[in-house]
Amino acid sequence: MLTARAYLPDGRLGAGLARLEAETARILRAFAAAGAEVVEPEALQPADVLLDLYGEDIRARAYVTQDPVAGEMMLRPDFTVPVVRLHMAHGAAPARYAYCGPVWRAQEPGSARPNEYLQAGFELFDAGDPAEADAEVFALMSALVGETGCEIATGDMGILAAVVDGLETAPHRRAALRRHLWRPEAFRRLLRRFGAGHEDATAARATLLAAAERGAEAVGELISWAGEPVGLRDAEDITARALRLAEEAATPPLTATQVAALDEVLSVSGPSQAALARLRGLAPDMPGLTGACDRVEARLEALSRRGIDAGALPFSTSFGRTTLEYYDGFVFGLSAPGRPDLPPLAQGGRYDHVTAVLGGGAGIPAVGAIIRPEALIAAQGGAA
Amino acid sequence: MSRLKLGLPSKGRLQGQCIAWFHDRGIAIERSGAEREYAGTVSGVDGVDLVLLSASEIPRELAAGRIHLGITGQDLVHETIPGWEGRVSQLAALGFGRADLVIAVPSIWVDVESVEDLDAVAADFRARHGLRLRVATKYHHLVRDFLRKRGVADYRIVDSQGATEGTVKNLTAELIADITSTGETLRANHLRVLEDGLILASEAALFAARAAAWGPEERETLATLCARMGLSEPAL
Repeated sequence: MLTARAYLPDGRLGAGLARLEAETARILRAFAAAGAEVVEPEALQPADVLLDLYGEDIRARAYVTQDPVAGEMMLRPDFTVPVVRLHMAHGAAPARYAYCGPVWRAQEPGSARPNEYLQAGFELFDAGDPAEADAEVFALMSALVGETGCEIATGDMGILAAVVDGLETAPHRRAALRRHLWRPEAFRRLLRRFGAGHEDATAARATLLAAAERGAEAVGELISWAGEPVGLRDAEDITARALRLAEEAATPPLTATQVAALDEVLSVSGPSQAALARLRGLAPDMPGLTGACDRVEARLEALSRRGIDAGALPFSTSFGRTTLEYYDGFVFGLSAPGRPDLPPLAQGGRYDHVTAVLGGGAGIPAVGAIIRPEALIAAQGGAA
Repeated sequence: MSRLKLGLPSKGRLQGQCIAWFHDRGIAIERSGAEREYAGTVSGVDGVDLVLLSASEIPRELAAGRIHLGITGQDLVHETIPGWEGRVSQLAALGFGRADLVIAVPSIWVDVESVEDLDAVAADFRARHGLRLRVATKYHHLVRDFLRKRGVADYRIVDSQGATEGTVKNLTAELIADITSTGETLRANHLRVLEDGLILASEAALFAARAAAWGPEERETLATLCARMGLSEPAL
């Protein structure tokens, strides 16, 4: 139906559109009252920037097009990246931005999810107290959505990151695990590999490792026997990795206790106060976890000061671990109860490292969230 | 009477193999008219019209339901029809037109045996060269799906519609994913297939289009065809 839009059968004209406009106006007024400046980023974004952040998978999710002059472009799949780019180019901290507009995401065949929908968002760039900033964004969103009554989920990517950083093992292993924090399956695979011995190496791998133990020259010989050099990845790259593989082979496997402790951290789930207590109980064996727990506690206090029953907020260490995400601290989602057909009505989190990636190293702490106005109206009105 | 449209490759070895396959099952397909005319007839069963198409267009025609049945490579169907299981039904794999879609890397990559190695290589390569590891292929969807499921990050697909084996030497890609049958072209270009780098073992197959107009007469023709060829009828 041409009158239909995401989650709303009559959202493109008449009363249906008027209701949506009133709702987005209400949301934007609340953002303005919180001190936000309205921004309107371009719908067409350079593909390279998005690819750098999300990886090749984004191409399956975003609409890609070719501009004869500017090259590969993508219809924005979200606002965070465009707003961060605007901020890095022109902004001064602290800054609050508000926006509302469509985003586009290609969906799997057979999916009922819309490929175009509105996002109304609020992004806060502030190098000050992160707990206060997290609480400000969460309170703002839950007030806007809250009247509908919603299921809350929260988490903190910083917990797992801290545990990995504090893991007693070789640095290259910590780096590898860090890279896959957001990909639960790849993370688990790495953990399994680092927890196993090296007895199962293939003959070819054993030959390589033996050469690497003799040194770079021996690896160089293997490479020259293997064939004619082609491609940009040269003998230097290959030798460096061979030496690292030898280093990995010489690194003792993670102990069963280490793996079990990581599993335990990942399984922590429950009301925030109880979850925090459990994490505190694990902290003595895990360097770094105490600091991460302190940050959770500071956030809970900041939320309480804003009148939120913070200790009761559902918390799960694994929440927020999905691909195509970029959060590295607090994460939250607010969903409509009994409406599995709708996506979260609001969601957001902290993404400090994104600004560093997009700003060529110069980052600024940032936290933000979006509301889906169409889904919100559908949840209120019961219209599917 | 409504007739069933059967799409076959318009020329080449694949066409000959298709015709032989039907012939072995008691159905004669004959090219008609002048040699260069793309027309023909089906005899041995009533109510079938032959449609001769470029092999690469058959998946599109099947997806749109403009033909009822068609023969083409599984690789093309899986690559070019999003959600292909919901849009076509495979009646039979035909045992010819075999081609493996594989991941191949330079032979000198002695540190890379499996797909899992690629992930670590991609991270290092990006750190040293400032580039994502580039994979040259024309099978964008199949390759992206495969690498995502294996947890490979920090790579990037670059499009290559032909002579893909040469892209590594030309420095436009670090590795490739392409169709190979004997592996000779790969070896000649100093490439080696990863031991677990088989993305799809493809062959020619007979597909039925779910979106085609399946009236009582077309269904009857299909039933007759299937019975004649010893195939079970697809649920459409």
